[in-house]
Amino acid sequence: MKTTLLAAGLFALATSAMAETPVLTVLTYDSFIPEWGPGPLIEAGFEATCACDLQFVAAGDGAAILARLKLEGAGTDVDVVLGLDTSLTADATATGLFAPVQPAPNSLPVAFADPNFLPFDWGWFAMVYDNTKLTTPPTSFEELAASDLKILIQDPRSSTPGLGLVMWVKAAYGERAPEIWEALADNIVTVTPGWTEAYSMFLSGEADMVLSYTTSPAYHLIAEADVSKSAALFSEGHYLQIEVAGKLAASDAPALADAFLTYLASDAAQGVLITTNWMYPAKTPQAGLPAGFETLIQPATSLLFAPAEAESLRAGAIAEWQAALSK
Amino acid sequence: MTVARALALGIAALILGSALLLAQRAETWALAPADLGALRFTLTQAGLSAAISALLAVPLARALHRRRFAGRGALISLMAAPFALPFVVAVLGLLTIFGRSGPVNMILAALGLPAFSIYGLHGVVMANVFFNLPLATRILLHGWQGIPAERFRLAQSLSMPPAAQFRHLELPMLLAQLPGIALVVFLVCLTSFAISLTLGGGPKASTLELSIYQALRFDFDLGRAALLASLQFVLCALVTLAAMRVSLPAGFGAGLDLRGAAPAPKGWRRGLDIVWILLAAAYLLAPLLAALIKGVPGLSDLPPGTLPALARSVAVALGSALLCACTALVLALAAARGPARGVELAAMLPLSASGLVLGAGLFIAIRPFAPPETLALPITLLVNALLALPFLFRLLLPPARQIHQDYSRLTDSLGLSPTTRLRRITLPLLARPLFYGAGLAAALSMGDLGVITLFAGSQGATLPLLVQQLIGAYRIEQAAAVALILVTASFTLFTLLDRLGNRHADP
Amino acid sequence: MLTLEALRLTQDDFTLTADWSAPEGAHLALIGPSGAGKTSLLMAIAGFFTPSAGRILWQGRDLADLTPGERPVTILFQDQNLFPHLTIAQNLILGLSPDMKVTDPIRAKVEAALERVGLGGMGARKPAQLSGGQQGRAALARALLRARPMLLLDEPFAALGPGLRAEMLDLLGEVADETGALVILVSHEPRDAQRFAVHTSVVADGLASALVPTAELFANPPKALSGYLG
Repeated sequence: MKTTLLAAGLFALATSAMAETPVLTVLTYDSFIPEWGPGPLIEAGFEATCACDLQFVAAGDGAAILARLKLEGAGTDVDVVLGLDTSLTADATATGLFAPVQPAPNSLPVAFADPNFLPFDWGWFAMVYDNTKLTTPPTSFEELAASDLKILIQDPRSSTPGLGLVMWVKAAYGERAPEIWEALADNIVTVTPGWTEAYSMFLSGEADMVLSYTTSPAYHLIAEADVSKSAALFSEGHYLQIEVAGKLAASDAPALADAFLTYLASDAAQGVLITTNWMYPAKTPQAGLPAGFETLIQPATSLLFAPAEAESLRAGAIAEWQAALSK
Repeated sequence: MTVARALALGIAALILGSALLLAQRAETWALAPADLGALRFTLTQAGLSAAISALLAVPLARALHRRRFAGRGALISLMAAPFALPFVVAVLGLLTIFGRSGPVNMILAALGLPAFSIYGLHGVVMANVFFNLPLATRILLHGWQGIPAERFRLAQSLSMPPAAQFRHLELPMLLAQLPGIALVVFLVCLTSFAISLTLGGGPKASTLELSIYQALRFDFDLGRAALLASLQFVLCALVTLAAMRVSLPAGFGAGLDLRGAAPAPKGWRRGLDIVWILLAAAYLLAPLLAALIKGVPGLSDLPPGTLPALARSVAVALGSALLCACTALVLALAAARGPARGVELAAMLPLSASGLVLGAGLFIAIRPFAPPETLALPITLLVNALLALPFLFRLLLPPARQIHQDYSRLTDSLGLSPTTRLRRITLPLLARPLFYGAGLAAALSMGDLGVITLFAGSQGATLPLLVQQLIGAYRIEQAAAVALILVTASFTLFTLLDRLGNRHADP
Repeated sequence: MLTLEALRLTQDDFTLTADWSAPEGAHLALIGPSGAGKTSLLMAIAGFFTPSAGRILWQGRDLADLTPGERPVTILFQDQNLFPHLTIAQNLILGLSPDMKVTDPIRAKVEAALERVGLGGMGARKPAQLSGGQQGRAALARALLRARPMLLLDEPFAALGPGLRAEMLDLLGEVADETGALVILVSHEPRDAQRFAVHTSVVADGLASALVPTAELFANPPKALSGYLG
């Protein structure tokens, strides 16, 4: 009896809430939603304009988001997905779960046109180092491989930056990628399952360089007034990570989803993302980038495989990486 | 017995069911060639870690059992702490000591010796020993305490030399305990992948669990994930059955006096004991302290969600400790009554479960009924209780057997009712390992990131998730501070429960 | 009357048969070489060993369906007769109230029983604080309280010295007389039987012999016994 009453009460609550405000469910990655992440500010900003309830649901990282969508299939309650990157979009498109979106102007360093996804931020992968200990950083993978510098990287099988690095070497060296990996093998201290382990091990002095983003030094500079971190500029160019958002075809609030994607490209939302996600905005706000960003390296060449190509190369590139490092 | 059977079936269903749910949605069925290499490395590191942890635990537990010194109680309690550390924090602690710029390498450099690199198979084993030696030692310590002091006195009065004493009194206990201990450590190491990968030095150090991770996340190859999970499951079952075969009951008979310390020989044996205790204390506590000291500066600037996360973590830890203790008690009492292979196997099975497969399986199972994120905490509670079950079961089984062997006929002949028997006889006699195990389950649950990452909504972060999120946002100092709070809370819970057990046990 | 009716106990390659009865209140001993099955016979009567054939009857009623706790039996084992974590008084209370409910009358009875066996005022102690002889007395005090019509003892005083043994046997006799119990004492010590038992069954070569008066037995030992006595 008690449980029936409770269930009835909960149901009443749920329906009354539904009747009052429409709910927009956004599936994103873990680090988007904490108090200090972009989530709360984006939520407050959007709810002020939409008369709706924006709810974030988090699942690990970009790969976990996609895995979860596949598990849920067409029955998903998610309206918007936020946090896939271009190495996952081909796979995501193939699920048929996504609806086309209205293209919007962006300030990416490469041309970007995906009918199903809109970019919301981006960054270049880079090897980050401590400039008080390393004064002349290598300027290419080959120079790095020839040096006796120690580096920390992430595993492409479990981490997005790890996969980005494998694609970077593949994009820069093509057929020569295995050779580069073999040359790098003695520089690699270890391969971590995720970015968190590698970056914190780097900060505690376990290696000279760590795979991260060109924007990583901006955090230390702006949030901690620490100028000791720099990213090394590689002459072969830097691989891009473009983070995108998309709308589910089965969404029961498609108009609200569109409104959210539009809000995401606005100056207000883009401004929030720069200093919470520590990435470049997909569209630079009118106010420009925060002070400190001008100190970051600016790669002349941006490398990026088209989504379909990235998808077809991925398994082979990971196998090459694994074979070269297992010798 | 029927309750125990039902529980055992439920556990098997949860673990096998999750793999089956994945398999049911699989499209292809094939292992990748690299999976066999992963299998080999998994077995190597788990086998080495189990053997070394179990062997090192013998002299350490013996030294701790027969020596009395200031801080002994604190040291024994602190040994539960590595369990509560989130993986990243523990690894950073180990690296502070054994890493490139740690004191070990500084001393080596000062002596002109080549630098020590922790990365490689030996590093993986070192980390596994760091996590598992304390547990192994504590179980053995219970074993030593279970040898009645009368037996030692008898041995002394017969002027038995230490070697003979060891052979007649301690060896039977060790033979009864060690296979179980090695089994637990082996199985713990079987499913770990973060340690292997991070300290293994490269993709050579891939484990089966990493293959599962890759299959589930990047390739979304459910068939391969289910296949690998089943492989882990079969491995676990085989090893558990083998361990059951070699594990012998100790058969000391009961003693009335379990309080007395064992004889503490003087001379070089004393010196050796001191060396063991000092070495172990340094090895276990130095990385722990290093990890904790890093958290102190950040304490003044804790992130806003810390207190609610602490409350959630404590609630989940206590809930899963209670659930786990009740389940383990029912299963251990059933297994103590006579041969119950099924029950014993079911109690060990959770160690074979891949956290990821379990999480994904539960996700598929729950989704038709409720949005999974609303159940994040209950699911975490359930899964943590399940994952801690083997430890508690292993702790409870030997004393439960002993109690059954020593007192079941007396309780039968007195016609005690089942409740009286449980309340007045079994529980008081088992209080020490039961509460210790509950404390351990609470600590494990506190430190576990586990399935919550799969179910987390915008609300409801636990402390380990908060640590992870903070590092992910470059906030290393805050992360260290939250980790300090996590370990302190978990250690407090553990100590309280352990004390409670000692109070309820016979004085 | 206790009746062992064509009783057969089998375990692996061990067999023991018995076919005799003993009246209420009798004082019996089972003697014989170790391994002959004395303890097994006792355990069968107490309900811990299921016979392969035959019946065990008390006052004509088959005991087969009764659990050990339901049988009209109190048993003292070789050791482990007291729970180490309970006080002596609590151990005794278990004999009166299996759910350990303590009432004033129960407390009074326990104190009286302790006085009776010479342990007055020691109720609050734990077994470990008592000597071996005192532990035996505490177990006898519980038997006194339970007052079941049969009292079975499996060499309970084996660990005591000769003087103490004699003392305990005398106390046993007194307890048995007060409760009117049929006592079966298993011992490998012929003197115990001579001191305590009116009738004795010799357990040897797979047979628990019919009861014979103890004095007669030792005056004119049969072959099975003389072999054992040496």
